Amino acid sequence: MHELSIAQSLLDIVVQEAARHGVERVVRVGIRLGAYSAVVPSALTFSFDLIKENTVAQEAELAIEEVPLAGRCQDCGQVLENMESPIVDCPACGSKKIELTQGRELTIAFIETDEEEGAG
Amino acid sequence: MPEIEVSRPILEANQRIAQGNRRKFQEAGVKVLNLISSPGAGKTTLLEQTLSRVAAELAVGVVEGDIQTTEDAQRVAACGVRAVQIETKGACHLDGQMISQVLAAFELDKLDLLIVENVGNLVCPVEFDLGEDMKVAVLSVTEGDDKPSKYPQLFQEAGVLIVNKIDLLPYIDCDLERIHQTCRRLNPSQKIFDLSCRSGEGLEDWVAWLKAWTRS
Ligand SMILES: Nc1nc2c(ncn2[C@@H]2O[C@H](COP(=O)(O)OP(=O)(O)OP(=O)(O)O)[C@@H](O)[C@H]2O)c(=O)[nH]1
Ligand SMILES: [Mg+2]
Ligand SMILES: [Zn+2]
Repeated sequence: MHELSIAQSLLDIVVQEAARHGVERVVRVGIRLGAYSAVVPSALTFSFDLIKENTVAQEAELAIEEVPLAGRCQDCGQVLENMESPIVDCPACGSKKIELTQGRELTIAFIETDEEEGAG
Repeated sequence: MPEIEVSRPILEANQRIAQGNRRKFQEAGVKVLNLISSPGAGKTTLLEQTLSRVAAELAVGVVEGDIQTTEDAQRVAACGVRAVQIETKGACHLDGQMISQVLAAFELDKLDLLIVENVGNLVCPVEFDLGEDMKVAVLSVTEGDDKPSKYPQLFQEAGVLIVNKIDLLPYIDCDLERIHQTCRRLNPSQKIFDLSCRSGEGLEDWVAWLKAWTRS
């Protein structure tokens, strides 16, 4: 359950960013999570809900955008989208040399508040 | 509904601390390995077997990560090497902070090599940089030849793969070639050593590589 440590790091950033922008109530936290990161979305949500009490994010829900695994053939340049596995042959030229270009993301994208703009 | 763009890596705090560790290691001229496997694959046994073979030539320190107990550090210390135990008290991985907190226990300037044995787990340690130069994955043949494709992140990131317990191959269905093939696809430049910590077969190649890498 390393998701708990990840949720704690996430919450730390949310609290920092809320303070920086004068936000007192965060209602949504947007995350970009690579399909090929070693993180289980439901475990992350569960962990976040567990630790958000008594913070600016206590009413916040996680909006997790899953970023599919994608790559590029190093021999012919073919772009591979929505790869189901990191091990695939190039559909265009059969090459095995596929460079992964996305899918390991673990980033916070935004925080959302229901407060009026400029308030707080 | 004001949405405030943030765009920050969630693990940036760990990344920063790990980079700090890395800088310290570089300044002290010590190479660092992060040993990762599932529980019982043989990390501590590999350390015991390796340390006795490099002790004459390299000054080595060891950090042992376990959820509980200091047994592994005692096993390693019995080889005459400075070993510090981190008990994570439940956490399934080491992180940069835990490493930075034990560095004072070593005279880094006098070490050639620091080996960190991570908590036994194929998944969790992968996302947490410690400041190491290289990850070493240990896979024992009894775990099955499907593990690299089921847990690809570790096997992709590891610069070295050690396939351990090959003395047990006659008794089980494990296709070594399948492990090699999957790992070569995941990471074409990975060094692979098939060995047995029990019979000693294959250990010399690994030890020779380790000595050369430490000095490189
Ligand atoms: N047959 C055989 N057994 C081995 C070999 N290497 C290790 N073992 C045994 O495997 C068991 C686990 O070894 P450890 O070295 O404690 O494994 P570990 O990866 O350090 O385990 P954790 O720290 O708990 O994750 C022990 O009983 C070892 O004796 C090997 O090459 N062959
Ligand atoms: Mg051990
Ligand atoms: Zn191609």
